[in-house]
Amino acid sequence: MVTLVLFIAFAIIALVGALGVVISRNPVHSALWLVATLLSMAGFFILEGAYLVSAVQVIVYASAIVVLFLFVIMLLGVDREESLTDPLKVQRPVALMLGLVVFALLIGLMGNHWATGAQSATAALESGDGGNVERVAREIFTTYLWPFELTSALLVVAVVGGVALARRSRRAEAASEVAQ
Amino acid sequence: MMLGAGDPLLSGKIDLTVVLIVIGKTVAVFAFLLVAVMLYIWFMRKVIADMASRVGPDTAGPWGILQSLADGIKLFFKEQSVPDSADRRVFFLAPYISLMTAFLAFSIIPIGGQVSIAGHQTYLQLADLPIGILFLLAMSGLGLYGVMLAGWSSGSKYPLLGSVRASAQMLSYEAAFGLAIVGVLVQAGTLSTRAIVDKQAWTGVGSLGTWYVIPAFVAFVIFLISAIAETNHPPFDLVEAEQELVGGFHTEYTGIRFAIFYLAEFMNLITMSAIAVTLFLGGPAGPSLGFLSATGAVNTWLMPVFWFVAKVMVLLFGTVWLRASLPRLRYDQLMDLGWKWLIELAFIWVMVSGVIIVGRNEGWNLIAVVPLSLLGGLGILGVLRASMPNRSELVEEIL
Repeated sequence: MVTLVLFIAFAIIALVGALGVVISRNPVHSALWLVATLLSMAGFFILEGAYLVSAVQVIVYASAIVVLFLFVIMLLGVDREESLTDPLKVQRPVALMLGLVVFALLIGLMGNHWATGAQSATAALESGDGGNVERVAREIFTTYLWPFELTSALLVVAVVGGVALARRSRRAEAASEVAQ
Repeated sequence: MMLGAGDPLLSGKIDLTVVLIVIGKTVAVFAFLLVAVMLYIWFMRKVIADMASRVGPDTAGPWGILQSLADGIKLFFKEQSVPDSADRRVFFLAPYISLMTAFLAFSIIPIGGQVSIAGHQTYLQLADLPIGILFLLAMSGLGLYGVMLAGWSSGSKYPLLGSVRASAQMLSYEAAFGLAIVGVLVQAGTLSTRAIVDKQAWTGVGSLGTWYVIPAFVAFVIFLISAIAETNHPPFDLVEAEQELVGGFHTEYTGIRFAIFYLAEFMNLITMSAIAVTLFLGGPAGPSLGFLSATGAVNTWLMPVFWFVAKVMVLLFGTVWLRASLPRLRYDQLMDLGWKWLIELAFIWVMVSGVIIVGRNEGWNLIAVVPLSLLGGLGILGVLRASMPNRSELVEEIL
């Protein structure tokens, strides 16, 4: 009963937030609505018994990533209302179509287990020794070690690449100008 | 819903009494924090005045102890101005985000031991979450929004600069802060604050050695430095550097909204001290009064709370001392310290203590493992330091 009430409350916040992201004209307001959606997602995770995922959702997505969004918005000064004229006319009908396709897929997936496996992982998460966090950690560092390490390598490569692009020294720039 | 899974109060049937106890605990913790902030501000002003050979507040109440209350009442009745260029809704929202996250972060702190209220066993702690200390990281991450949005929504230059500074600083030190916590969690092997405190429980003078300040000393030092930077406390208060930024992110705030920012700032300071006590200094652990009954009210209720408050006060005195004696860091020094020292040291500390713990579990020869892992850590640090560009190279690149 409590779970249902909480689920409905979080669902309303998530949907309103998602609408707010799209409807707000001010990018900062959009980012704030996104935070509301992400936080209610964290609420869903708690309702499903996935505490670690919920904490990660708040720490990584709702705070770090959206704060970086805001940081960029503030630094670049793009926090003015943008004009709504569309440079690419095709965009809107295509976006609408793709959105409908995704929506249909989601609806289709809801009743079918062939793609997602059996529903409700709650029991598996709460049973057995060690808490939720320990079990996730054990899975990551034993069964899924290889994909985990690959993902972290990918992130490091991205960071190093970003730094290398951003930190071109003046001397290299001058050299490239001379070459041109 | 298993949020309070650790607390014996919530493991049984949830009836009205249980709900009332939880509400009572919430109100009590909130009141505790408010009074603590009030007294801390008075204490800070008195101590700094002493250190500067001044008198300090001495008019309101005995020793001026009611000064903060008077200031609070004054701020409550002051006019609250809103700049014309402000984004009004966000401007109103920002102080409450700060306050809410500051208060929620404190809810995971074990203030005392296990007590019995109205026939129910419960911890003197608002919430013992299974994700425990991660909740603190989540709240300190969300707390950043208060500062950031306050600066942005004011629609004015200096607050914006202040909040950009604040977000850069807090994001940078969040990394070192989180890693320092990992440095002690590796040894504790649990996230729950209650379980961490239980591992440092008092059984005699010897249990001083189980307080993580000793086995995880490096993590303790990194934690203290980055916690002070996280709370924008001097010497890391570049966020509100008066000479450069008027008042930083809260320049445009007046009246009670301004007071709320101050309240949140000091609440965060108290929370950080309390977290340091919980993680490293044994929380409520301490000798109980032997001549009284071990199950009596004094030894179950009072003594743990006394030890907790006493330890927090020692750390808080340290923060006042910092405020009174240290000049503010330069911005590049702040970033250097965070990115080039603390994060690496914390990473290496996590690795070294991980090796030592695995060594202990696997029964390796610790006399060989401990020095070797330390040497390995120092080696990695040396390689990292050597690979960094030095100052003259950087200056050359910028010019």
